[in-house]
Formats: sequence, structure tokens, C-alpha cells
Amino acid sequence: MTVNIIVCVKQVIDPEAPPSSFKVDEAGKKVVPPSGVPPVISPFDENAVEAALRVKDAQGGKITVLSMGVNLLREVVKKPLSMGADEIVLLEDEAFTDGDSWSNARALAMAVKKIGEYDLIFCGRQAADWDDGQVGSGIAEILELPCVTVARKIDVANGKAVVERVTADGYEVIEVSLPALITVSNELGEARYPTIKGIMAAKKIEPLVWTPADIGLEPAQAGAAGRKMNLEKLYQPVHEGKCEIIEGESPEEAGVNLALKLREAKLL
Amino acid sequence: MAEYSGVMVHAEVAEGKLATIATELLGCGRGLADNLGEELSAVIIGSGVSSLAQEAFAFGADKVYIVDDVLLQDYQTDAYVPVMEKVVRQAMPRILLVGQTSIGRDLAPRLAFRLETAATMDCIELAIDPGSKRLLRTKPVYGGNARAVFTSELDPQIATVRTKVMTPLEPDTSRKGEVVTVEAGMDSSTVRTRVLEKVKQEVEGISLEAAEVVVSGGRGMGSAEGFKQLEELAGLLKGAVGASRPPCDNNWVPDVRQVGLTGKIVAPDLYIAVALSGSSQHMAGCSGCKNIVAINKDPEANIFREARFGVVGDWKKVLPALTEKVRELMSG
Ligand SMILES: Cc1cc2nc3c(=O)[nH]c(=O)nc-3n(C[C@H](O)[C@H](O)[C@H](O)COP(=O)(O)OP(=O)(O)OC[C@H]3O[C@@H](n4cnc5c(N)ncnc54)[C@H](O)[C@@H]3O)c2cc1C
Ligand SMILES: Cc1cc2nc3c(=O)[nH]c(=O)nc-3n(C[C@H](O)[C@H](O)[C@H](O)COP(=O)(O)OP(=O)(O)OC[C@H]3O[C@@H](n4cnc5c(N)ncnc54)[C@H](O)[C@@H]3O)c2cc1C
Repeated sequence: MTVNIIVCVKQVIDPEAPPSSFKVDEAGKKVVPPSGVPPVISPFDENAVEAALRVKDAQGGKITVLSMGVNLLREVVKKPLSMGADEIVLLEDEAFTDGDSWSNARALAMAVKKIGEYDLIFCGRQAADWDDGQVGSGIAEILELPCVTVARKIDVANGKAVVERVTADGYEVIEVSLPALITVSNELGEARYPTIKGIMAAKKIEPLVWTPADIGLEPAQAGAAGRKMNLEKLYQPVHEGKCEIIEGESPEEAGVNLALKLREAKLL
Repeated sequence: MAEYSGVMVHAEVAEGKLATIATELLGCGRGLADNLGEELSAVIIGSGVSSLAQEAFAFGADKVYIVDDVLLQDYQTDAYVPVMEKVVRQAMPRILLVGQTSIGRDLAPRLAFRLETAATMDCIELAIDPGSKRLLRTKPVYGGNARAVFTSELDPQIATVRTKVMTPLEPDTSRKGEVVTVEAGMDSSTVRTRVLEKVKQEVEGISLEAAEVVVSGGRGMGSAEGFKQLEELAGLLKGAVGASRPPCDNNWVPDVRQVGLTGKIVAPDLYIAVALSGSSQHMAGCSGCKNIVAINKDPEANIFREARFGVVGDWKKVLPALTEKVRELMSG
């Protein structure tokens, strides 16, 4: 059976940017994007793309990328195409901004409905900015689909998926009927690099761009207007930490001195 | 129509007992319930769990809802969400607390969407706003670089709580309460998943979560071999070995060793971080520890902003000397 997969990818501020470059505008309750650090696809969403490519490699099928936001950089959101995905749909409109998990899941679910044909929807286990991990389950609930979260392996056969779901002490193997939504974790393995051929192919693919009206979403349900949560405050925690650097004539001596220090501090 | 009232805790069961997170949630929930002058209830779901009600009372619950059914032996979304929905519609709690665990991460969002309310995930602080009486939910965002405080006007107010940040009450076995049994009323044909197998990844020795000393290595360890040296130090200190994500991704150590936002939350007395940079996502897993010790060759590494003691240097030189001295001190 060939498999049609929709992969939801979110463009985020690079989570690997050094913590010291991170700034918050407390009055505006917004994060200030660090200058000179380009945004990326949320890393777990890259794992989700990889998961989809592995299913496609094994079974054949089509992968549609779905991304919502504003100022979506084409070279960022089109990366999955250069890895081997086939099509891309963007929900790009001011009305989609500042949503919460509800407005975001609702909009993505409506877009999925409009895309129409799918056996699987893949999301990241959580977006690397707000670290929420709700949108996948939300889309599944709205579309009345079964959902398996935090997957590390996905195999498709006979109208079912067999999923390894990460747990605290290992993993469990779960069989789920299709269509289904699956959220993917890094344990799946690193995403492949784009190939030159892939990059060339991606250049030729024009994204479909949809507004709330295109997916039949009421303005009152999109973005900030559709929220069920209020953000009261956004701040950076203070670091009171003062590190005492243990010196030595040589690294070995510093190691010895560290042991002595730990004993003195009653930590040994 | 009945009003929403009281605080409810989803009390997870682990190995036939209330899970530690359940006792933590009860401790936190007790404080919130007392603040509101309302009741604290717990819901215990599983197979053969009826006897656990007394444990929940001892840890602070006034009332316990028991849903006991063989079909609820394993957690499955399609089985647990309708059961929770049923209990919540019957009990109508103002606040529902769930653990930020493998189960809670899956259960809370789906339940919130089903109940058309809003959940906040991975909270580290919960309080009642003195004016509005709504739940103030503080959650780290951007990997821990920032914190957000959320409220919602919708009931029940659902929050998942990070493990190890809330304190359980001293159990009082004389405390009593009311047990309410709820029929699961399960229709197994609505469960669209099947658990085929549960696999435990072997980790010898003391568990990370319980260890009083954790020795963690990062990408700079370079290989599985490097971790052998961390095992040695951890062994001397009767501690456990942890890791940042790259060593897990590279299969130098099993995935279950990962400490951090998407790994384990640990709160040992001593956390020794070797050749890891101290990314915010990693530190999210050990920020409860007051005594972080860093060994890193880069004096600018973020870990030195978080550590109490540090050595700037190559671990290959520092660590063997540290280990030998520790051996000497511990035997002397
Ligand atoms: C009052 C308020 C104000 C907020 N303001 C902002 C703001 O200004 N800017 C902001 O970025 N967030 C804001 N948020 C956070 C916003 O609520 C979260 O982005 C939302 O809850 C979804 O959570 P998440 O992004 O962590 O997604 P998760 O639930 O963690 O996402 C899981 C997965 O869903 C998919 N997914 C999620 N979002 C998208 C997307 N846009 N496109 C494609 N796939 C997606 C991805 O596969 C992702 O891995 C605000 C929230 C509130 C309540
Ligand atoms: C949403 C999200 C969730 C994540 N969850 C987690 C999580 O739960 N846990 C986690 O750990 N990460 C997590 N990460 C990844 C995280 O962002 C970092 O990439 C990761 O923690 C970096 O690991 P590291 O410090 O080992 O590697 P690096 O950042 O590469 O640091 C290696 C360090 O080793 C030092 N070093 C190298 N060689 C030597 C030597 N010979 N002697 C001494 N020092 C040396 C270097 O100076 C450097 O500081 C997450 C990321 C995202 C986006």
C-alpha cells in the first residue's frame, strides 16, 4: 500500500542558540529573536519528516508538509522538500499569529481536512519554542483520530502502523489503526541531509498558501482571537549562581583539588 | 447546573503503589485546595487498584475516585481519556492536576481538547491568584530560557506538573476519606490501539531518579569508552550515570540515561557534569540540584553559569585524577 503522510512543521527560533543570546521583552510578553541567528524547523519536526521519509522509502507514497506562521522563510520551511517530501502547504496570514494550542490545532486540523487524502499525520513531540506538546493530540481529537505520542519507530503494514513509543524506562510497541496521528521524538534518529537533487527539486515546488478563509476557519477562531489561554507574564529566570573555579598547576592537580573541595563542602 | 469546585489529582500507579508523582501532586493539590477552602480528590485508574485509596488519603486526599477494570491495566489513550472524561464530568473539579510523565503528556492534552478546556503542560509552580481565584500556571518555555505564567477562564483548569518540583506531605495513615467507585463502562471496540509489547532498556545499578549522586557526560566524552570512566566515579559515589542528549543519540549510552527537558528529571545532592555545555534543555532536568559541579574545557560554557564548583580543563586529564582522589578520600 502506498501511504499519504502529512507532516506538520513549525518554524522556530533556533533552540541551540547560546542561552546568553536569549532575550525577552517582558512588557510586550514576547521573545526577541536573536539577531544573526536564523530560525529553523523545530528539531522534533525534522525527526517527523525523517519518519515520513522512511515510511515513503519502504512503502511509496506522498508527503505533504504543512506549516503555519508568519514570515515563514521559504529556505527554512522548504527544507523537508529538499530532504524528499513532495508538496508544501503554508498557513500564512496575520490572523494566525499568537495562537495557543487550541487555535493552532484547530487551524492545522482544518488544513488537514482540506488537504483531504492522508493515512498518517506526523507532528513533533513538542515544539522547541513553547515546549507544549499539545498540538498533535489536539489535531487528533478534532479530527477524531487515534494518536500515539513520542514515537521512536514507525512501521506501516496492512492498514496499520506499529509504533514504538518512548516511555520512562524503555519503550512500548503499539499497534494503531489508520488513519492516525503520531508525534515523533529524537530517539527515531537524526534527519537525513538534503541532497543536491533534492534541493534542485525543492526549488521548483511552489508552496500553496492558505488563509483562514481558505480552510473555512472563522476569524474568531484563528490565532490570538481563538485562544482559550491568557499569557499573564513572560520573564527570564534569574541566575544567582556563582561558580567557584577550582585551579591547579596542572589539570590533574585541579582534579585532585576538586575532590578535596567536595570533601570540604561535605559533598563526599 | 452544578458548579465546578475543588482540586482533583490524577494519581498514577506504578508497580502496585501510588507513583511518586502522585504523592507530589497530592502535596501540591492539598495546598491549592486549602487556599480555596475546597476539597482535594484523587482519581486512581487501573486494574486491581482499589486498595490504593488509603494511600491517597494518607498523602492528603479527602475523596478518592476509583476506576478499576482489567481493560485499564495498560495506559492507552482511547481507554483512559473517556474514563477521565467521565470522572471529571461527574466530580466537576475546578482544577485538575496531572503528572508530566509518559502517561500525563499523552493524557492531559487530549482530555483538555475533549473537555473543550485548556491545559498547561510541564508546570513548575502553581498558585491561586488572590484576586480572581484562578490558577496561575508557571511553565518554562524556550527550553527553560524563559518562564510563562498562564491563566484560563475555562474549567476544569488542567495543568501537568513536572516531576520532583512539588513536595509530598508526610503520609498520615490515620487520615480517612470517602471512596467513590466509578464504573469504567468500557467498550473495547472504541480503543484503536493495542499494546503489543513493553520493552525495558537495561540500566544497571541505582536508578537515575532515585540517585543521590549523578555523574553525567556530554558530547565531549567522545565515545562509549569515555562513559566507562564516568561509571567508575559514579560507582565510588554510589551514584548513577546520566547523559545529555548527544551521547544517547550516538548510542554511547541507552536513551533512558538522558537527563533534561525531554529526558529524566533528577534532583540529586550532587550533580557532576562532564564535557557537556549546559544547554537550557539539559539544565531543565537537573536545576533542582544545588550542587552542580562542572568539568569543561571551555571557560565560556553555559554550565559554569549554573555550577557551584568547576574545573576548566580536558576531562581526560581532570577526571582520572578526581576519581583517584575520591577513591582515596572515600576509603580513608
Ligand atoms: C496568550 C498566549 C500568547 C502566546 N503568544 C505566542 C507568540 O507570540 N508566539 C508564539 O510562537 N507562541 C505564542 N504562544 C504559544 C503558543 O500557545 C504555542 O505555540 C501553542 O500552545 C502551541 O504550542 P507549541 O508551539 O509549543 O506546539 P506543540 O504543541 O509543542 O507542537 C507540537 C507539534 O505540533 C506541530 N505544530 C505546532 N505548531 C505548528 C505550526 N505553527 N505549524 C505547523 N505545525 C505546528 C509541530 O509538529 C509540533 O512539533 C502563546 C500562547 C498563549 C497562550
Ligand atoms: C526541544 C528540545 C528538547 C531537548 N531536550 C534535551 C534533553 O532533555 N536533554 C539534553 O541533554 N538535551 C536536550 N536537547 C538538546 C540540547 O539543546 C543540546 O543540544 C544538548 O544538551 C547538548 O549536549 P552537550 O552539552 O553534550 O553537547 P555540546 O553542547 O556540544 O557540548 C559539549 C561540551 O563538551 C565540552 N568538551 C568537549 N571536549 C571536551 C573535553 N575533552 N574536556 C572537557 N570538555 C570538553 C565542550 O566545551 C562543550 O561545552 C533538546 C533540544 C531541544 C530543541
